[in-house]
Amino acid sequence: MNSMTAATTAINGNISGQWYLALAAVLFAIGAFGLLIRRNVLVMFMCVELMLNAANLTFVTFANMLHDIGGQVLVFFVLVVAAAEVVVGLGIVVAIFRRRASATADDFHLMKG
Amino acid sequence: MMAAAVHGVLLAAATATGHASAVDWGTFGVAAAIVLSGAIGVVIARNPVHGALMLVMTLFGIAVLFVLQRDDFLAAVQVIVYAGAIVVLFLFVIMFLGVDREENIAAEPLRGQRPLAVALVALGVTGLLLLGEVSKWATGAPSVAGSTDSSTSNVAQLGTSVYTTYLFPFEITSALLVIAVVGAVALARRPPMADLSRVPATDQQIAAAAGGDNGDSEGDDDRAAPDDAASGTGDTTAETEDAHQELTP
Repeated sequence: MNSMTAATTAINGNISGQWYLALAAVLFAIGAFGLLIRRNVLVMFMCVELMLNAANLTFVTFANMLHDIGGQVLVFFVLVVAAAEVVVGLGIVVAIFRRRASATADDFHLMKG
Repeated sequence: MMAAAVHGVLLAAATATGHASAVDWGTFGVAAAIVLSGAIGVVIARNPVHGALMLVMTLFGIAVLFVLQRDDFLAAVQVIVYAGAIVVLFLFVIMFLGVDREENIAAEPLRGQRPLAVALVALGVTGLLLLGEVSKWATGAPSVAGSTDSSTSNVAQLGTSVYTTYLFPFEITSALLVIAVVGAVALARRPPMADLSRVPATDQQIAAAAGGDNGDSEGDDDRAAPDDAASGTGDTTAETEDAHQELTP
């Protein structure tokens, strides 16, 4: 218990880590909300990027709270995966747009029963 | 959702220890405001280009928060990779496809979708913040993968960890990037038949090109001279015009 509280009050630029984690949670919520309500595929992708950034912020915060470099390395990998995801995702959007001339998610109902 | 956010901030405020300097708090407050307003801007922007620019704002705010946590290298990478590469790719695709028309946000195609989304997100974020508060926000063994001491630079520590502890995952990412590049090229490449008239090949065109003895020579002619395809037989012309109308927004 004592070591746990010591970990939570570790330095985050002198600001306690709860603030960063709460901010990341709110940012993730905004991204998830946008992903649920928006129709444009490109805007939905941007909301996914918001959620990935919230996860990155949590990783960096935990890395500082626990004095562990592993969190920062994970952010590095998340960046790589995000880049690959955007490249393939936008390629899919371009390929679909060529067939349907639309970037609205409601128009992609080919597999609807 | 906002009620849950305020609730979480109050929860965090109630337990936060007040040892930070005014400069740190000021920086954090400004960066947090930039991040949140940019994120809300992404969600409510009618024009996708404006949304992408709001995303840049959010990413810069996140980079400031990284710097505030003594994480200089990842802040630089955040700006270079996210704001510099990914958002430019977004803008490139938005303008390439020409989907930068304004969208009617007020229309709600699915009945009851937005209240449901608000309820789900509020439930999730409230649970997340309560879980963090109950479990003291961060638990676990400190320094599993190497310590973040302030004696050496952040880049040196990160590089040492990537090239020793995380060497195999680092090599895997190279394979991932190659697969992503090949996948993007394969997805964005036009099908070979579509080169004839710059429209998606219809089933009739494919069947005409593939089958029949007398259709074979015509197919070769079309392939050699794309202009002839437009002024060819009436059947092909009609199909081409149909496809053009389909493509024109």
